[in-house]
Amino acid sequence: MNDLLTHFLQVLTGTLLDVLPIAGILFGFQFLVLRRPVKNPKEVLIGLLMVLLGLVLFLEGLDLALFPLGKLMASQLTSPELLGISPHMQEVEWHHYFWVYLFAASIGFSTTIAEPSLIAVTIKANQVSGGAISQWGLRIAVAIGVAVGIAIGSYRIISGTPLHWYIMTGYVVVIVQTLYAPRTIIALAYDSGGVTTSTVTVPLVAALGLGLSSNIPGRNPLLDGFGLIAFASLFPIMSVMAYAQLSEWRSNKRNR
Amino acid sequence: MRLLRHFAASLLDSLRDLTPIVAVIGFFQIFILQQPIPNLGVLLVGTLLVVLGLSLFIQGLNLALFPLGESMAWDFARKGSLNWLLLFAFALGFGTTVAEPALIKIAEEAAKIAATGGMIEDNQQSQDSYANGLRYTVAVSVGFAIVLGVLRIIKGWPVQYLIISGYLGVVLMTALAPEEIIGIAYDSGGVTTSTITVPLVTALGVGLASSIKGRNPMTDGFGLIAFASLTPMIFVMGYGILL
Repeated sequence: MNDLLTHFLQVLTGTLLDVLPIAGILFGFQFLVLRRPVKNPKEVLIGLLMVLLGLVLFLEGLDLALFPLGKLMASQLTSPELLGISPHMQEVEWHHYFWVYLFAASIGFSTTIAEPSLIAVTIKANQVSGGAISQWGLRIAVAIGVAVGIAIGSYRIISGTPLHWYIMTGYVVVIVQTLYAPRTIIALAYDSGGVTTSTVTVPLVAALGLGLSSNIPGRNPLLDGFGLIAFASLFPIMSVMAYAQLSEWRSNKRNR
Repeated sequence: MRLLRHFAASLLDSLRDLTPIVAVIGFFQIFILQQPIPNLGVLLVGTLLVVLGLSLFIQGLNLALFPLGESMAWDFARKGSLNWLLLFAFALGFGTTVAEPALIKIAEEAAKIAATGGMIEDNQQSQDSYANGLRYTVAVSVGFAIVLGVLRIIKGWPVQYLIISGYLGVVLMTALAPEEIIGIAYDSGGVTTSTITVPLVTALGVGLASSIKGRNPMTDGFGLIAFASLTPMIFVMGYGILL
C-alpha cells in the first residue's frame, strides 16, 4: 500500500512538473500580454484540475496494470525460446516471426484507439468539419496506419535493413497521395502522424523494439531498437488520406 | 442528475476505448504465451483507474483546454500584435517540450549511443552535456515549428508545400548526418507532442484560422502538430553533424 502511495505521489509530481510550465505560459500571456480576464474562470479551473487528475489516474493505472504486462509480453514474444532460435544461428528467416508481427500490429492498433491526444484531435476535427469527419472513422483509420507501421517497423528490425530507405519511400507515397487527396483532409492527415505516438503507445512500442533488437542475432539494441516510433508517425498520414479518398470516392459514386 | 448521467456515459466511452488493449494483451497471454494472467486484482484496479482517468481527462479537455486555446487565439487576433503571438507560439512549443519525460529519456539513450560510438568521450559529464544539448535542440525546433505553423495560418500558405520542403530537408540531412543519430532523430519527431500540448495547440490553430477572415479552420487550422513532429528530425540530425 505504501509503495502504491509513493508511486502515486511520484506520478503526481511528474505530471505537475509537466503541466506547470504550460500553465505558466498560458496564464502569463493571458494576464500580462493580452490583459483580458479568462471567460468562465470557474469552469476553466475545474477543467484544468480534471485534466491533471485524469492524466495522473490514467498514467498510474497504465503503470500498475497494462505496462508491466505488455512489456513483459513484448520481451517474451521475442525471446529465443518462443521463436525457436538457437544461440549459434547467425541469421534467421524473417517469416519465423509471425506472432511478433501480429502482436506488433495489434498492440499498435489497440494503443492508438486509447491514445488521449488522438481522441482530442478527432473531437476537434468532428466539430470543425460540422460532423462530416466521423470521430470513429478517423480514429480507426489512424489506428490501422499505426498497426501497419509498427508491423513493417518490426520487419525492418528483424531483417536489419536501413531505416531511412523505408521512411523516404513513405515520404514519396505521402507526396503522391497529397496530389490526389481532398484538400480539406491534408492538414489533418499530416497532424495525425504526430499525435498517435504519446502516452500509451510509446512505452509499449519501445519495449517491443528493445526486445526485438536485443534477441535477434546480429542486431544491436542501441542502433536497431530505434525507428518504430518513426514508422508509427508516418503510416497514419497515408491511412488517413486513403480513408478520405475512399469516402470521397464512395460519395461521388452515390451522387452519380 | 444530468451531470451524473453525462459522467456515466463518458465512463462507458472510455471503457470502450480501452477494450482493444485489454483484449490484445489477454489474447496473447492466454493463447500464445499460454500463461495465466498474474495479479488479476491489481490488473483490474489499474484498468479501472485508466478508465476513470481517461474520462476525467476528456471532460477537462472540453471544459478547459479547448476553450482556453481558442479564446487565446481570438484575443491575440483582436490584439493584432504579430510579435506577441509569435513569441507566445515559440514559448508554447519550447516550454511544453523541454520538460517532456519521453524526450528526456530518449536524449539519455542517445548520449549512451554517442559514447559507445566514440562520438563523444565516454564519461558521465560529456554524456550529460550531450543529452542536454539534444534536449534543448529539440525544444527549440518545436518552438520554431509552432512559430512557422502560426505564420502559415496567418499568411494562408498551403500546408503541403511546407511539409514537402520539410521532407526534402529530412532526406538531405539523412545523407549528411552520422549514421548513429538517424534512428534517434527520426524517433524524436514522434515523442515531442505530449497529451496536454496536442489539444492546446490544435485549439490554438483552429481558433486562429476561424478568427482570421478568409481562412478555413479545416484546411488552415490543422497542421501545427505536423510541423512539430517534422522539424525535430531535421534539427537533431543537424546537431549530429555539428558535434
